Amino acid sequence: MLDVEKVRKDFPILGRTAGEYPLVYLDSANTSQKPQVVIDAIAEHYGQHNANVARAMHMLGAEATEAFEGARSGLAQFIGAERSEEVVFTKNASEALNLAANTLGASLKPGDEVVISVMEHHSNIVPWQLVCERTGATLRWFDITDEGRLDLEGAEREHLINERTKIVSLTSVSNVLGTHNPITDIARQAHEVGAAMVVDASQSVPHRVTDVSTLGADMVCFTGHKMCGPTGIGVLWGRHDLLEKLPPFLGGGEMIEVVEMARSTFAPPPYRFEAGTPPIAQAVGLGAAVDYLSGIGMAAIAQHEETMTAYALDKLTSIDGLVILGPTEAVDRGSAISFNLADVHPHDVMQVLDSRGIAIRGGHHCARPLHRRLGHQSSTRASSYLYTTTSEIDALADALVFTRNYFAPRFNQG
Amino acid sequence: MNIDELYQTIILDHYREKHHTGLREPYDVQVHHVNPSCGDELTLRVSLAGDVIKDVSYEGEGCSISQASTSVMTDLVIGETVRHSMGLYDDFLEMMQSKGEITPDEDRFEDAIAFAGVSKFPARVKCALLSWSALRDAVGQASDKES
Ligand SMILES: Cc1ncc(COP(=O)(O)O)c(C=O)c1O
Repeated sequence: MLDVEKVRKDFPILGRTAGEYPLVYLDSANTSQKPQVVIDAIAEHYGQHNANVARAMHMLGAEATEAFEGARSGLAQFIGAERSEEVVFTKNASEALNLAANTLGASLKPGDEVVISVMEHHSNIVPWQLVCERTGATLRWFDITDEGRLDLEGAEREHLINERTKIVSLTSVSNVLGTHNPITDIARQAHEVGAAMVVDASQSVPHRVTDVSTLGADMVCFTGHKMCGPTGIGVLWGRHDLLEKLPPFLGGGEMIEVVEMARSTFAPPPYRFEAGTPPIAQAVGLGAAVDYLSGIGMAAIAQHEETMTAYALDKLTSIDGLVILGPTEAVDRGSAISFNLADVHPHDVMQVLDSRGIAIRGGHHCARPLHRRLGHQSSTRASSYLYTTTSEIDALADALVFTRNYFAPRFNQG
Repeated sequence: MNIDELYQTIILDHYREKHHTGLREPYDVQVHHVNPSCGDELTLRVSLAGDVIKDVSYEGEGCSISQASTSVMTDLVIGETVRHSMGLYDDFLEMMQSKGEITPDEDRFEDAIAFAGVSKFPARVKCALLSWSALRDAVGQASDKES
């Protein structure tokens, strides 16, 4: 069991107030807060060990390189990767997904198919649209059921995954609906037809145990800032034998073997995919973040979040006029809960909650097609993490009732 | 921050009961403007008669600020000249960018004075401006067509 009061003391920002209200941070699906150990690790790196990596040969260069590569092996261990060369550092999940689309997609031809789903974040839609446009391949997608889960039966009926499918790229957990997707099953279907399986794990790696050795995926992308790490760093994990065969993504320093004026040869993975000076201090910070998360235990974090999600779903579904997008039971479900309040636009919900120190997100959360599919223009999202308490969820529920009544006076009568 | 400063009664009244809603015929130009960060969308039609704005009709989805601002804008410009309306646009824009520094002239701005409070909430300024930008775009295109 996780001691949430003890955990909260690790996050200096959670001590802030907004006027008379304590800060209630329920926007962790957007970005998480940072524990002091991560802030310290970054400061310590810049304060004591700063230098460029690999190319700087002096004492500090060696220290910085060791710290950077140490972070790589820490991340490899955290996600169950066989070797640290399978971990490529990128700028964020979006860049990792673009890397996947541009390298795996380089050999696509007209007639080939790429499969995504309607519940993807724009970061797992647009890169595939671009590569399909460029290569003439066809983009197809999974629909969802009314409950907000992947429509597996519909996909089967339509032969969505078939002998033309070359790549399947799916989110492991929806950033809007919270839905957990059956990645391992779908990866098996993809592999049966010879397609590669890419997973956008931005909303799962921060929240539960990840083991790429049993997941079944060929590539897994996630972002540092949602898992207690700094901004400016993301990760692409790829099977080593696959990465070895792929062309580079961006060109530049450190990704080469030999450069001639007319052509170059390229470094082995992961360096082939890390052009230019990488996010060094950010890698160190992310390394500290995964140490911190492991110290608490991903299983304990997952369990805490499940408790918070069940508590929040219970509270929110009992508010008259509130509709939840996605599963209303805390089963196979992450901690992001999106909803709409009758007659109140998400931006207005966000504003009133903000005036009471409650940070949530209003809008389409970079998932416009999903909102269209659900018939909602946008939504409000509350998302918890390891530091969320039931009293914060109580504050959320109270503020939502206040907001509803503020805009729709009919709820005040009787 | 006091939200009553943002959500003035005038704004909530317009939000609950919008004026001049619905897309009407005839029209000279139709434009579609969006606010990509929040997803607010507005389809707006303008009908000119010479240099007078004969009608502005619209359909949109958005927050109270953007909806109320559209409603107030139509009250202010329907039946007015293009020149007067574009002058109002300029002054409204200046007020919205003033962070609460400019106190608007009530005779000229009527219900739009309520948006002076919105200018203190930088994240919401673009909500208030959505319909005005759409109007300027549509009127510009319609004037080009006429000439
Ligand atoms: C499911 C999902 N994929 C991708 C991203 C993109 O992450 P980033 O903005 O860090 O690239 C996010 C976060 O916004 C997300 O929730």
